[in-house]
Amino acid sequence: MIDFQYLSARSLSEALSLLRETKHSRLLAGGTDLIVQMKDRRANPSACIDVKKIQELNRLEWDGNSLHIGAAVPLAKIIAFNEVKNRFNILYQAMSLIGSVQVRNRGTAGGNICNAAPSADSPPALLCLGARAVIAGNNSQRILPMEKFFRGPGKTVMTADELLVEIEVPTPPPHSAGCYMRHTPREEMDIAVAGVGSFLVLDETGRCTQARIAMGAMAPTPIRAIEAEAGLTGKVLNHDLLEKAAEQASLEARPISDLRASMEYRREIVKVLARRTLTNAWQAASAGGVKSK
Amino acid sequence: MKKLIALTVNGQVHEVAVEPRQTLLDALRYDLGLTGTKEGCGTGNCGSCTVIMDGKAINSCLVLAIDSEGNNITTIEGLAQDGQLHPLQQAFIDESAIQCGFCAPGMLLSAKALIDVNHHPTEIEIRQAIAGNICRCTGYDKIVRTILKQTATGKEQCHA
Repeated sequence: MIDFQYLSARSLSEALSLLRETKHSRLLAGGTDLIVQMKDRRANPSACIDVKKIQELNRLEWDGNSLHIGAAVPLAKIIAFNEVKNRFNILYQAMSLIGSVQVRNRGTAGGNICNAAPSADSPPALLCLGARAVIAGNNSQRILPMEKFFRGPGKTVMTADELLVEIEVPTPPPHSAGCYMRHTPREEMDIAVAGVGSFLVLDETGRCTQARIAMGAMAPTPIRAIEAEAGLTGKVLNHDLLEKAAEQASLEARPISDLRASMEYRREIVKVLARRTLTNAWQAASAGGVKSK
Repeated sequence: MKKLIALTVNGQVHEVAVEPRQTLLDALRYDLGLTGTKEGCGTGNCGSCTVIMDGKAINSCLVLAIDSEGNNITTIEGLAQDGQLHPLQQAFIDESAIQCGFCAPGMLLSAKALIDVNHHPTEIEIRQAIAGNICRCTGYDKIVRTILKQTATGKEQCHA
């Protein structure tokens, strides 16, 4: 690691002014990605601005309408929050898979999306739930849907003088359920070869009123399988329809070959994961899904 | 530039001068001489450097020392009390859950962090708790069995 300045921000406004005043600085939360990058000299910031003491970034609250996850809240704290497990179960599933106990005790919700790894586990779940990123900038704040947040591997739409305040997740409606699964060679402490989140909303008659399928490690950013979703919306679901949607999702994937898997293997495995997650979500939603408000 | 910080390790406050880039692991080993905490991969994958910070297991190789001021840190040196090994440490020895010993400090601290909050964990809970600790000798089974045996109902002394 090259030498750098360590600056701890006590408030949002202090963090924003430090961001403006320092060139080539990086925001430091849990550090489970940034410190590894700095050791490898892939990141060489002149300053690290620690955001863990900022009150707004430590919010973890469910107000009925939405879940508010401050950007610096550690993953372990989020998955231990009962409302997350009960009402945002797909997010609970995805976050439980990230790293190890040690990594989840430090690593944060904000870090997992700001690092913008195409294979990250939480983004597919956040895309399924229609989450939004609350971003603070110079005297301004903007709220972006998660679809518009990622730009490419390691790249988000945030500018150098902006910082992520929180992730806002709308409460899923009654008769809805989601499921996230990933494929890794090793069960724990591994990076997804493929990850799929599926989320279904049914009406009283069992008709699907909304379908979301989001994929990780299948494109430069996490992506939704829009055509596959359209094939399910408005239909009374059955196994054939889910199978077709899974095949369509695989066609919408744009995977690459790398050290973890070949393009062909990824395309095959994403179909399997889409079918399994859709089936699980359908069964859970049919059984009543999440608690209503 | 070095900055003077106060690190609370095993109940004792130490003043240490650290550079911002210094990890907690390096401060423990090189400044405080607490070499029980090991460095394996240095990237958060192996868990050899596990310590307990404010009740939670963390990788000390991924935490800056300067960012650890004000936290309570427990290292493997802090487990034994009055010359008596912690019951978990003794159990690891008695059950041969240690071979080369390199992973043992981290493994023990991950296990302790678990049983401090979950007195009678299931086998699955134990396996998940130590998933971030790699052992290249034992094949894990003896470690898991030892923790399971030690936390079975009736063995209350373990989380004293």
